Amino acid sequence: MLIYWASDTYSITLFGHTYFKFFPNWFYNALNIPKRLSEGMAFHFLLMWFFAINGVVYVLYTLISGEWRELVPKRNSFKEAWLVLLHDLHIRKMAPPQKKYNAAQRIAYTAIIIMGFGSLITGLAIYKPVQFNNLTWLCGGYHAARIEHFVLTIGYVLFFIIHVVQVVIAGWQNFQSVITGFEVVDDKPKRTIKPAVSDEK
Amino acid sequence: MKSKKPKKPFTIEQKINRRTFISFGTFAVLSGAAYGGWSWLKNSPKETRTVTAGAKAPLRRALNKTELAFRRVFNNNNLVKTYPKERAAKVVRYNSGIGLQTKPDVENWQLQVKKQSGEVMNITLDQLKALPKTELVFDFKCVEGWDQISYWGGVKFSDFIAHFNLTDQAAMPYVGLATPNKKYYVGIDMPSAMHPQTLLAYEMNNKPLVPQHGEPLRLIIPVKYGIKNLKCIGSMVFSNQRPPDYWAEQGYDYYSGL
Repeated sequence: MLIYWASDTYSITLFGHTYFKFFPNWFYNALNIPKRLSEGMAFHFLLMWFFAINGVVYVLYTLISGEWRELVPKRNSFKEAWLVLLHDLHIRKMAPPQKKYNAAQRIAYTAIIIMGFGSLITGLAIYKPVQFNNLTWLCGGYHAARIEHFVLTIGYVLFFIIHVVQVVIAGWQNFQSVITGFEVVDDKPKRTIKPAVSDEK
Repeated sequence: MKSKKPKKPFTIEQKINRRTFISFGTFAVLSGAAYGGWSWLKNSPKETRTVTAGAKAPLRRALNKTELAFRRVFNNNNLVKTYPKERAAKVVRYNSGIGLQTKPDVENWQLQVKKQSGEVMNITLDQLKALPKTELVFDFKCVEGWDQISYWGGVKFSDFIAHFNLTDQAAMPYVGLATPNKKYYVGIDMPSAMHPQTLLAYEMNNKPLVPQHGEPLRLIIPVKYGIKNLKCIGSMVFSNQRPPDYWAEQGYDYYSGL
């Protein structure tokens, strides 16, 4: 696999043979990428700092505040996450227990942190493969590290799409609670008829 | 949120409103700041042309600051990974011929070394070949994303400096190289040039360099991207200022270190 971010015409005109292209030309053109490699690299090497600092601050906050307890998957999370998936796909009616985060969220939100850490490591491995040759070795070499870095990026895109769709589906109340940290549940009138078992919502 | 001096404790309703207001206010301010910061960056002007050019001014500042930050981890003991000769590509990728448009006169070629004093040394290929030969099989890396294991032979830059009594020149922070026609030129920071794997190479795959790959002498500097590995060296200068650099004038990082 050749991950090739520079303008494709460049490589084709020089060699006359076509490489496997991960994206077709219309994709590059839609994003206005061709001939902007230097600009892309410059953006990358600035925004990487925000990525790394943001990640470190988030992880530290989660650890210090104790919020990690709500985020790390529990032993039964993997089984439960399956039930969440079935529920979300409208295959199964009853939703598994939802505390602050359900099992699928726990897995997803922990995975994204591990992915972020992975991007940091693979990123350093391809950014300074000589100075950080140990990291590059850890990633299985320069070429492997590039592929890993790229696959992780695709992973974020998928995460982002699913995440945003889920937030939209969950509705305004949920979004509000994401910002404020609490959700107002006006349960006064329901109190007498509320079944004791369900702790849905 | 009108009551600025509440005498009574807040009611639940008020607390909810208050916290919602603060949270959404913070959210709006941060979103606005992120959006504002991004559009500022996106619309920022190009840098003023110096040794570097073509990048947005803030991005160039970031590239230079990042170089300074990562320079702390630069160590000449950190070596590029080497490979057995069998792993080296038989057909070495040819990517660019900038600077090679005019065929050099290989017969009469001499490396022109300009000292700070103005004194010029002319060094022949035979003089260089008389020095100990160092071979290197390493993964050559291009900014465009490809990499290829290739096999080079030549004089270590540091051996060259020592042999021709250029140690005082190498005390300066930069060395600049250019092709004989001056169409391609690179500036290298001295620590990278003096890295033990930096070569003035005259062989590829155990044969003299071919024109496409920089006959008769080229730079092989594994601690930099391919753009710094100048083909067909015509002249060398030592300098306290950053020498001009072809790709740094096109918006690339001046240092492009690995």
